[in-house]
Amino acid sequence: MGNAEERRQDILIIGGGPAGLAAALSAREAGAERVLILERDRELGGILNQCIHNGFGLHTFREELTGPEYAARFTERVLRENIPFLTDTIVVGVERMENGRKLVTAMNRERGMFEIEAEAVILAMGCRERPRGALNIPGFRPVGIYSAGTAQRYVNIQGRMPGREVVVLGSGDIGLIMARRMTLEGAKVKAVAELMPYSGGLRRNIVQCLEDFGIPLKLSHTVVHISGRERVSGVTLARVDENRRPIAGTEEYISCDTLLLSCGLVPENELSRSLGVTINPVTSGPFVNESLETNIPGVFACGNVLHVHDLVDYVSEEAAAAGKHAAAYVRARERKENAVGGADASAGIRLRAGRGIRYTVPCALRLSHLEESQLIRFRVDDVYREVSLCVYFNDTRVESRKKRVMAPGEMEQIRLKKEQMESFHDLHTITLCIETEKDGGKEADASWMKEN
Amino acid sequence: MDLQEYDVLIIGAGVSGSAIARELARRERRIAVLERESDVCEGTSKANSGIVHAGYDAQPGSLKARLNVQGNRMMKALSEELDFPFRQNGSLVVGFGEESLEKLRELYERGRKNGVERLRILDSDEARRLEPALSRDVYAALYAPAGGIVCPFGMNIAMAENAAENGVVFYLHTEVKNITRTEEGYLVTAGDRLFRAPVVVNAAGVYADVIHNMVSERKLKIMPRRGEYCLMDKEAGAMLKHTVFQLPTEKGKGILVTPTVHGNLLAGPNAEDIADKEGTETTSAGISQVLGTAAKSMEEFPRSQVITSFAGLRAVEESGDFVIGEAEDAPGFFDVAGIASPGLTSAPAIGVYVAGLIQERFPAPEKEHFKAVRKGIPNMAQAGGEERRRLIASDPAYANVVCRCELVTEGEILSAIHRPLGATTLDGIKRRTRAGMGRCQAGFCSPKVVEILARELHTDMGDITKSGGKSVVLTGCNKERD
Amino acid sequence: MDERELICINCPLGCVLTVNTDKEGTVSVSGNTCPRGEAYGRTEVTDPRRTVTSTVRIQGERERVLPVKTAAAIPKGKIMECVEELGTIAVKLPVTAGDVIVKDIVGTGIPVIATKSFE
Repeated sequence: MGNAEERRQDILIIGGGPAGLAAALSAREAGAERVLILERDRELGGILNQCIHNGFGLHTFREELTGPEYAARFTERVLRENIPFLTDTIVVGVERMENGRKLVTAMNRERGMFEIEAEAVILAMGCRERPRGALNIPGFRPVGIYSAGTAQRYVNIQGRMPGREVVVLGSGDIGLIMARRMTLEGAKVKAVAELMPYSGGLRRNIVQCLEDFGIPLKLSHTVVHISGRERVSGVTLARVDENRRPIAGTEEYISCDTLLLSCGLVPENELSRSLGVTINPVTSGPFVNESLETNIPGVFACGNVLHVHDLVDYVSEEAAAAGKHAAAYVRARERKENAVGGADASAGIRLRAGRGIRYTVPCALRLSHLEESQLIRFRVDDVYREVSLCVYFNDTRVESRKKRVMAPGEMEQIRLKKEQMESFHDLHTITLCIETEKDGGKEADASWMKEN
Repeated sequence: MDLQEYDVLIIGAGVSGSAIARELARRERRIAVLERESDVCEGTSKANSGIVHAGYDAQPGSLKARLNVQGNRMMKALSEELDFPFRQNGSLVVGFGEESLEKLRELYERGRKNGVERLRILDSDEARRLEPALSRDVYAALYAPAGGIVCPFGMNIAMAENAAENGVVFYLHTEVKNITRTEEGYLVTAGDRLFRAPVVVNAAGVYADVIHNMVSERKLKIMPRRGEYCLMDKEAGAMLKHTVFQLPTEKGKGILVTPTVHGNLLAGPNAEDIADKEGTETTSAGISQVLGTAAKSMEEFPRSQVITSFAGLRAVEESGDFVIGEAEDAPGFFDVAGIASPGLTSAPAIGVYVAGLIQERFPAPEKEHFKAVRKGIPNMAQAGGEERRRLIASDPAYANVVCRCELVTEGEILSAIHRPLGATTLDGIKRRTRAGMGRCQAGFCSPKVVEILARELHTDMGDITKSGGKSVVLTGCNKERD
Repeated sequence: MDERELICINCPLGCVLTVNTDKEGTVSVSGNTCPRGEAYGRTEVTDPRRTVTSTVRIQGERERVLPVKTAAAIPKGKIMECVEELGTIAVKLPVTAGDVIVKDIVGTGIPVIATKSFE
């Protein structure tokens, strides 16, 4: 950037999608003056711009908005608050400087390559879709295989159809939504196949995207072969056993010219890694502490780059927290406080994902930095019915909440009170776990917890 | 149909055909290359290991042995001259168990006879010191510092482009359908055109037998031998420095694991003889075999990091050796057939060799202004800060990132489109710039690349294909009903 | 007497609802855990409605389309008719989010509005 003033920022936000926008607004609200958003696409709003379906914002605005409308609520505020942003701008590197600041290198057409020094950086780069290779589906490599999100961009932004007869692999929400979108735009969606015995998508989407249009959902099925040399001409589906291996003899050929893949999302943390941020292999997102701060002091993460969310409302909420914490970090640095930060598990209370829990965000808590209560987000590893969600302080169960149903597709959350943590003697580990009737009452025997 | 007259017609714009075209272009000749696909490097040359073999595999005295060693020695200078990625990373053949030692010694001896320099047999400890990622089960290894890796597309495209810059005409979408020998030379029907030349070079890969058999009574038979590969994320690429082979089998050099010049990790190929000359499909058994076997070479094999799998065909001739030379019963018709591994390594040497054979029989004077140097497409991902700034200053499109996984900019894509033999398809862009080759496998960038291609080629997005022919990316507009 | 089984979509619980409609047209819902379930079962059987989101062409443009939605839910049976009518339209820019694109889509009395602004 041209002048010295622009070159120095309090908070630099990488990504102008829902996470980056909410983080910027809350950072500004919390008093951070120099906040800058860098967005790689041509407009703010991120992936919401291509999510033209409705269902966004029920939690935040108490009304159902489409993706572009939800994004506009935030971009309009960003414009009103005069928060600067640069679009079509890609960050090519982030480094730590000796003085604790971060040096961000970015480029765009107007400015070429430029550097920005920031006290704090908020990672809000979002996620990407898992490609076919990761699934290793055998066959030729014809045209006609698209990730659902790519198809979504073609149809919803460019107004172009990637195919006419479609099979969708994966019943996550994007797959379901695209099954409906393709149908409404004139394609014939022949089936949605799902490897797992349950759909990862919302019930409402199964009803309104598939059942409304008579599209069959084939649970415990996968694509075992792709036919066609130049263009996809069909796919072969097969039922899978409990180990997710195809069962011989159950193959069914479906002719189609398009296979859409909706097989999961992966946080995009290449930049974070190059900066030295430690990544949780379960989420593929950074380990963060209560302030959503990574192991590198002054580097925060929120939204889908931290862990893949299913509701944008929670992204906004999480990002707002990150913005606020980043602003606090900047203030502390200004006061020359020695803001020792980072999600170092040894520097506070460790949060563990016990039985049935895949991960928690955050994964470490510093009592000194806690607010009155702390929100913990997590996902379970299977569908559970009639279970208890339990919280252990060290080896003692301090809480048990009845849950009628929990599913991996739905992000869960629980609030822990600071007071309760403070009053527990020598609290070093908090464990979240799922217990069934059988486990109940055996609180003394917490040995299984340790294996996890 | 207009008759197009040339001095030499080369059939096939793969790595052999392109190498020969470039070498022939050093002299005053009218040369055309006939290619049935929409781009160069579309057949055997596009799907292989990208290995520059040291030369210890082939039988001493064979053409393979000679051209391999010679090609290996030419590679570094050629890569500098033509600006394509090449790295001499050294290769290891690893043996498991004591009995492997004898076989490694055989390879060592063969290599010495073939003229491979600096070969060494390493014990387990030495091997693991050199390559810490090796499996603890490795008993001994043959180390060949001369082994290297190359970008197969980069090399093929560079040679073709340079040939084009030196006057060679490339006819794409031009499949040879018929060849007849006449008094005035060979009459070649290809695509919707008719060509005539006194010299025809048959570099048609897995179809070299079909082409050869159009003019010769001494029939050739090319067997496609499929090899499947898995490509892993760049995160895994740093795990290995050398190319690691296991002891060769009857059908090939076995399944290797190697870093690629672009920093990925590649495992493969298996070897399966198939009847179908177009059978480039991957199979679940093949992929498991590749991953299972490759995993034995490394202590920790990053199986979960696979980003794509693909298959290629080796053009294997029955004799097992390269079949290069003038057909006995068809004067002026030169075969370059059976160019299976180490065909990529040998290509530069094949070019020189075949050009020599042709020069002997059909001499032509040297060209006054042969342009030997070709500048490749800039590479923002690998450029340093200064170079990046310079490129952006030359054209701001170099600051507009289109493929974020591989950091490919619009500037690079424009260069790929607007150079000799420029890209016209998604695959063409991908092979020239790597846009779409990264971890998201074109998820983000393909809509943008389609837009740029349509804009630059002055056509509609609906006409853009993945790889020519019927492979159109988009089937129409929203709400159009058939 | 007509009986239909539905799975409630209001929350992850996914209650299996049994919806009975008797000769007089009186609807009763069972199997629900909460009042939202009852309401859902009732409307799904008597008057199922959906908000339709889609795109319309922009005059003179081939590379982008305008996202739109029905301003309120329309009868489920009219979804395909609705998108077909949208297929006949090409809007002129500029458009502001909220602008009415179609005043009354397929006789429902419900307008279709833009969900994004385009200069």
